[in-house]
Amino acid sequence: MPLEFDPVTILDAVLAGILTGTVYALMATGLSLIFGVLDIIDVAQAGYVILAAYLSLVLEQSFHIDLFLGLLITIPLLFLLGIAVEVAFIRPIKRDRTQLSILVTFGIGLVIEGMLGVRFGTTERELDAWYVTQGVKVGNFYIAYVYIFAFILALALIAALFVLLYRTKFGRSVRALMQNRTAAQLIGINVERVSAITFAIGVALTAAGGMAYGATTPFNNNSWYDLITRLFAIIILGGLGSVQGALIGAIIMLVCSDVTAVVWSPIWSSAVFFFALVLLLLFRPQGLFGRLATRKQ
Amino acid sequence: MSLLEIHGISKAFGGIRALDDCSLTVEQGSITGLIGPNGSGKTTLFNVITGYERPDAGTVTLRGTDVTNASPSTIFGLGLGRTFQLVRIFPRLTVMENMHIAVQRRGIRALLRRWTAPDERAHAQELLDFVGISHLTDAPAENLSYGQKKLLEFAMILIAEPQVVLLDEPAGGVNPTLAAQLTNRIKTLNQRGITFLIVEHNMQFVMSLCDKVAVMHRGSLLTEGTPDQVRGNPAVLEAYLGD
Amino acid sequence: MKRSLNPRLIKIAWPLLLLALAVAFPLIFTNPALVNIAVFALIFAGLATSWNIFSGYTGYTALGHTVFFGFGAYTIALISINQHLQGGFGIFLLVPVAGVVAALFAIPVGWVALRTRGHAFVVITLIFVFIFQLLAYNLRGITLGSAGLFLPGPGFGIDWFLLPYYYIGLAILVVALAVSWYIRSSRYGLWLLAIRDDEDRAEGLGVRTGISKLIAFVISAFFVGMVGAMYAYFLGVVYPPYVFDPALSITIVLMAFLGGIGTLSGPIVGAIILESAQQYFNIYAPTGFYQIFLGALFLIVMLLLPQGIVRSLARLWRAWRVRRGAGGSPVAPERQPVVVEKG
Repeated sequence: MPLEFDPVTILDAVLAGILTGTVYALMATGLSLIFGVLDIIDVAQAGYVILAAYLSLVLEQSFHIDLFLGLLITIPLLFLLGIAVEVAFIRPIKRDRTQLSILVTFGIGLVIEGMLGVRFGTTERELDAWYVTQGVKVGNFYIAYVYIFAFILALALIAALFVLLYRTKFGRSVRALMQNRTAAQLIGINVERVSAITFAIGVALTAAGGMAYGATTPFNNNSWYDLITRLFAIIILGGLGSVQGALIGAIIMLVCSDVTAVVWSPIWSSAVFFFALVLLLLFRPQGLFGRLATRKQ
Repeated sequence: MSLLEIHGISKAFGGIRALDDCSLTVEQGSITGLIGPNGSGKTTLFNVITGYERPDAGTVTLRGTDVTNASPSTIFGLGLGRTFQLVRIFPRLTVMENMHIAVQRRGIRALLRRWTAPDERAHAQELLDFVGISHLTDAPAENLSYGQKKLLEFAMILIAEPQVVLLDEPAGGVNPTLAAQLTNRIKTLNQRGITFLIVEHNMQFVMSLCDKVAVMHRGSLLTEGTPDQVRGNPAVLEAYLGD
Repeated sequence: MKRSLNPRLIKIAWPLLLLALAVAFPLIFTNPALVNIAVFALIFAGLATSWNIFSGYTGYTALGHTVFFGFGAYTIALISINQHLQGGFGIFLLVPVAGVVAALFAIPVGWVALRTRGHAFVVITLIFVFIFQLLAYNLRGITLGSAGLFLPGPGFGIDWFLLPYYYIGLAILVVALAVSWYIRSSRYGLWLLAIRDDEDRAEGLGVRTGISKLIAFVISAFFVGMVGAMYAYFLGVVYPPYVFDPALSITIVLMAFLGGIGTLSGPIVGAIILESAQQYFNIYAPTGFYQIFLGALFLIVMLLLPQGIVRSLARLWRAWRVRRGAGGSPVAPERQPVVVEKG
């Protein structure tokens, strides 16, 4: 297995990694946010991504609505779905929250997978638009427009999220909850309401992620397994509960994978990343930015 | 050589200095009280002593052995037990099963069987009797009242035949009758040779029980002495009021 | 209601009776389709019981046990092929070997995974499934990747083809159950349960938490590896996505929860229910319905019946007996000896 070190292709790979990484960052940020506020790992997050991809597919194929415009429909739809899921399935979990929440959200993901399978079958799909097939040449490398548009969209949404978190009253409540649930309750923050809305925001973000994912990768109802593993790897790398960690983790992961793909071989691109993650955990179980799980005194 | 020696312990969490060059000695056979206003670092000191926290500086010595960075299970095995401010027992196990976990026996054989010595169960029952909850032996621990759980936690420490017991607010949240019973039991055990270090806010409890009282303030030892000496010390009052 | 039977006798009689029934089952019901389902049920029950030894007792939900299933499968396949074995009963001797190999792999995997707790642990174990699936696909020199490894045909007679698998599967299940029961009645088992209730408190009471968890993990991996090996011989072929399958991991967890984690009979009950359901859906329902069913079942069990069927039934049984004036103790311990749970 010869290694090819061509600086030009490596640079292209880094560029590609940053572009796709930002989209993954969007989805991982939702996961991180949900973990930080509700203290659960939402396995179904990848399921919502795929659901969003299929929704965009339907809008595009049956109603001929442009993918990006379609987001005006899918984002609110997923937001409402998020509220419904949180109230119906997450809120009732009182005991053993850690264990049960993972399994409950896995169940939700399975149901989504099943429903999508029934409706659409297992054939692989891809979202189509003029910017998917056309692109621009940057140096030696060809980038489809969709990557650039998705990158801009992801940046915009991440920026909007940060504005929400750091410049609004609601954002302050969210950050308070992330730091100390009990204290937040004591100063009058409506924990249940903030939790539901935060969860819904996390799910709504997947609408954009799903559209970008569907436009750049062939997908079917089964794709969520692979996706959730990558998202998990990202938030573990970045550190559970850290939103910046999710961002940086996503970019690192995608850049690593893409560079490995060109330097070594595409087959090993994800494997290398997982190995690196395992190594990191040996020396730093809390990831890059995570709060160290200290002993409870 | 004192039983338990704490030298120059410092511990900071982020920017907060919980313990600041704190030193304390506990003599064999004594009942020492540890008091101080909220935030003075009492519980953090307990955590450092019992291995739940690593200090940034300083040493903890138990009977001459350095246990500063030892794990909680090693320290318990060396004869130092500790209760928690908010009682911690194993809710889904029965009272007797809870007791059984703390029994210190070495070797593989001890792990493969529930009871390795014929008198173990009787000994556990005796201790439960001593604290007054032997009628609840087979009840799931979560069904006990708060006071009963505290007694169980106490019994669990005792079954390990410790040399020194750290009690974190033993009288907290219990009615005066129970607190008085607790006082008697501690005295009885002390006569049998067990050393106690007790954190308490209940002054009556501390003054009636302890032969020495140490006062903590802002992470270090402010003063120590007999209960009367401490009670009459204006600096102590200042510390409580000032905070 | 007077106690006319010696309770000790009942405790021993019940499991022996069930065992006798299990042994006799394929000899009475000779329909191969039925026995085939039974073999799968035994495989699932074995997996769920083994998983329970670690996750049920310590409370650490391991979503990656299928990794050891895969190790066991690949071990038996690779040895059979490398040694040019010809099939027959001899290959079953490799089953314990596969178990040992899986257990050896469990040491480093468990050690890394157990450096984390709570959510992170669950996620890490799931990630391991993908790592090894990737390795299985890509290390083609060893595993032949997606082409799969083919085991030698067993050469069993056509009338009794399924029986050896049935009995080996049953044997593995029985041994796993025995180990599970033994652990539960030992102090080590109490240590594990203490870890589940309050790990840090346990450490402060002298429980060696690190090594205890790892040992349970390895023991559980041993049995899972054996089941994997048996499955590989049964199926005759080992493909990466079959044996390193996250859906399998999830199904194991669901079975254990459905029946009741931490109990002995719970995983078996869960396995039987889920195996029957899976067979039904495979035959009668188009793609996707099985996942909906599985997911919905997950949600129902986790939200409404987190104690599992066996414990909930046991509780109803006790409540019924108390109401009937049979004189059960009102403060009855949650953990009953084997006989009540099997009842």
